[in-house]
Amino acid sequence: MDVFNAIIQTLDSTIRLSVPLLLACLAGLYSERAGIFDIGLEGKMLVGAFAGAAAASVFHSAFLGLGMAILISVAFAMIHGFASITHRGNQIVSGVAINFIAAGSTIILGQAWFQQGGRTPALQPGERFEAITLPGAEAIRDVPIIGPIYAELLSGHSILVYLAFLMVPFTWWVLFRTRFGLRLRAVGENPAAVDTAGISVAWLRYRALICTGILTGIAGAYLSMVQNGGFVKDMTAGKGYIALAALIFAKWKPVNAMFACLLFGFLDAASIRLQGSPLPIIGKVPAQFMQALPYILTVILLAGFIGKAIPPRAGGVPYVKER
Amino acid sequence: MAQAAIELIGINKSFGAVRANRDINLEIGRGTIHGIVGENGAGKSTLMSILYGFYQADSGEIRVGGQPASIKTPNDAIALGIGMVHQHFMLVDNFTVLENVILGAESDALLKKSIAKARSELERLEREYGLEVDPDAIIEELPVGLQQRVEILKALYRGAEILILDEPTGVLTPAEADHLFRILGQLKDQGKTVVLITHKLREIMAITDTVSVMRQGTMVATRETAKTTVEELAELMVGRRVLLRVEKGEAAAGGVKLAVKNLTVKDTRGVTMVDDISFDIRAGEIVGIAGVAGNGQSELLEAISGIRRAVSGSVMLDGKPIDLTGAADPGELRDRGLAHVPEDRHHVGLVLAFEENENSILGYHDDPRYLRGPFLNIDAIRNDARDRIAKYDIRPADCRLKTANFSGGNQQKIVLAREMEQDPGVLIVGQPTRGVDVGAIEFIHKRLIAMRDQGKAVLVVSVELDEIRSLSDRILVMFAGRIVGERGPEATEGELGLLMAGIEHQEAAL
Repeated sequence: MDVFNAIIQTLDSTIRLSVPLLLACLAGLYSERAGIFDIGLEGKMLVGAFAGAAAASVFHSAFLGLGMAILISVAFAMIHGFASITHRGNQIVSGVAINFIAAGSTIILGQAWFQQGGRTPALQPGERFEAITLPGAEAIRDVPIIGPIYAELLSGHSILVYLAFLMVPFTWWVLFRTRFGLRLRAVGENPAAVDTAGISVAWLRYRALICTGILTGIAGAYLSMVQNGGFVKDMTAGKGYIALAALIFAKWKPVNAMFACLLFGFLDAASIRLQGSPLPIIGKVPAQFMQALPYILTVILLAGFIGKAIPPRAGGVPYVKER
Repeated sequence: MAQAAIELIGINKSFGAVRANRDINLEIGRGTIHGIVGENGAGKSTLMSILYGFYQADSGEIRVGGQPASIKTPNDAIALGIGMVHQHFMLVDNFTVLENVILGAESDALLKKSIAKARSELERLEREYGLEVDPDAIIEELPVGLQQRVEILKALYRGAEILILDEPTGVLTPAEADHLFRILGQLKDQGKTVVLITHKLREIMAITDTVSVMRQGTMVATRETAKTTVEELAELMVGRRVLLRVEKGEAAAGGVKLAVKNLTVKDTRGVTMVDDISFDIRAGEIVGIAGVAGNGQSELLEAISGIRRAVSGSVMLDGKPIDLTGAADPGELRDRGLAHVPEDRHHVGLVLAFEENENSILGYHDDPRYLRGPFLNIDAIRNDARDRIAKYDIRPADCRLKTANFSGGNQQKIVLAREMEQDPGVLIVGQPTRGVDVGAIEFIHKRLIAMRDQGKAVLVVSVELDEIRSLSDRILVMFAGRIVGERGPEATEGELGLLMAGIEHQEAAL
């Protein structure tokens, strides 16, 4: 039963660790499907995390915090849009710049406002998103197998966790079942076709970036208001880049994205769980190796060993009307 | 003339210092097919882009159906019943036909309803105009002829009464082009107005009712097609008399210079593009390879010039083998007297950001003539470049100008001059006059024939059948990676067209 509990706990932390990846990955999916590479997911998550925790602790409201996280993250997405859509700048440079601005400004503002070394004050109950207990979870907790799966694994997460997983079918539906999704996918493949069809390429791409900003905002809020009780400097710790790796791994498809993020989340959870304790047969696995696995897997994928990852064809290329 | 569908009055448009359109006046009758001809850069596409709302005129007036119209975006044009089939198709390759047709004209925020509506509407259009195409096919899996049909369907689905086609036959086989013309004829019979932009005068003569000629941004003439000739139109386009067919004497073919045996080449996806091809080129002859684009000609050129590795086969240059499946590289081939003018001069033949003189030594930069110790001998390079500019009439005559600022024809002359001046034994030329204007075509053709007369072996690959027929001493036709026939220069267009389409080669062999 110990092994079973260990597995349940690992899977439970897999879910918790996957959520920020999943939200950021879906965020990247909207912008990259529209033809805008976004290496600035990391930075947008970070400003979202900061804005969320800061607003929540000042206004004593978790939902105000979430709203502020989304607002600031969308604002940063618009900066990326202004540079790369309106002014046709290099999308990678713009994204990297956003990451730097985010890393620097969150620390400076945090120190200026709260004088806690770049942290925000620890969030009090009511300022954080609390765990939700699903109906009946306590009643069946003691039922073997099903009880722990329901009560531990599925129940007891914050609302943002459920929201993140609901975003998967929702994103699929938006992309493949709505007019907006058709146009968004088209603009990532051949913006000239969209332009000649009488649709504004720029406005369409801005709207895709707004979706991106909303989702990275939620991802950031999750980090500072659910996983942690406040903002800590550089708390995204590369999650934006892992999310990008997951996006490639998922071949830019929403359901695949969920599985890729769960896989990467699992690797993270396993590396924490296994810290110091040897595995049967293999022996001790260095935690660094587990942390590097997402990147290693992505490189293997890109090298063509696991099928082919074909990015949206117009990705990274600013749209210029041909003469 | 019937009532005008479109009137353009005093249209002006400049891009920076370039006046793309000056004072254009044009009237296009309803229910007619109107051709617009002109050299590259004459302003045809700009004019049509203004009509389609892609650009806005600096001054002038557009009237559609007699009413003054303000066309600021393609949406305005679509609303006025103007549809456009672009030279480079505006399709999303990995979408289905239906998805492409509804893009931008969805009837509903949810796709399901829009697609259902489009499906029944497409069926009606197919019946009415004979435009069959599987609505659920993925675009990239369709042949170009069908992709173009999807473009026409897109315009009709949006209720186009006036259809503009920009260079529609460039990618089509002669048979596909004929089919297109039948469709256009049908559209005309149904009362639609068709505007056909092309540089192929024969198409104009075959299908249009009226034709307008543009030159250097101005509209120089409008004629009834029945009352004009190809010669007159060519002269109006260029502004002087042009030889449409170069004069040349009999070839005096000598010994075999280049012998290709059982050559097989695969593309990057691993698809066999050149399938067991054998042929010879002799000194003093021009061999032309005809075929619709994408039948392996590009891969053949790349393999022979050492850019792409062949899978198998043997090639002899001047009686000595070259190892195209292994070690051969373009530098070695150049040293052995095989010069190559690539099909894609922008990406393979030139570095557009370089000055003209730098491009004129590209690939020959370690020739001792251009070196002074480890450094480039700038004076020698520029002197050579100036000589060639004079000899090949490259304009503007400025060897310090950035190559991107030369016109297509002059860029092609830069590449040709570079390769021909090395005095190679074998010259391989891909698409010698793609994107080159009529005046320069004549010049390039003359130079190629002069090479032949000096006893060089010349291989020309072109998708322009006219060019192949007027240059070649022997014509090889490629289809699906194989040579499906060899003909003399007297072969008719119809005969070659059938070979190019891959039909009848059994019959032709009988």
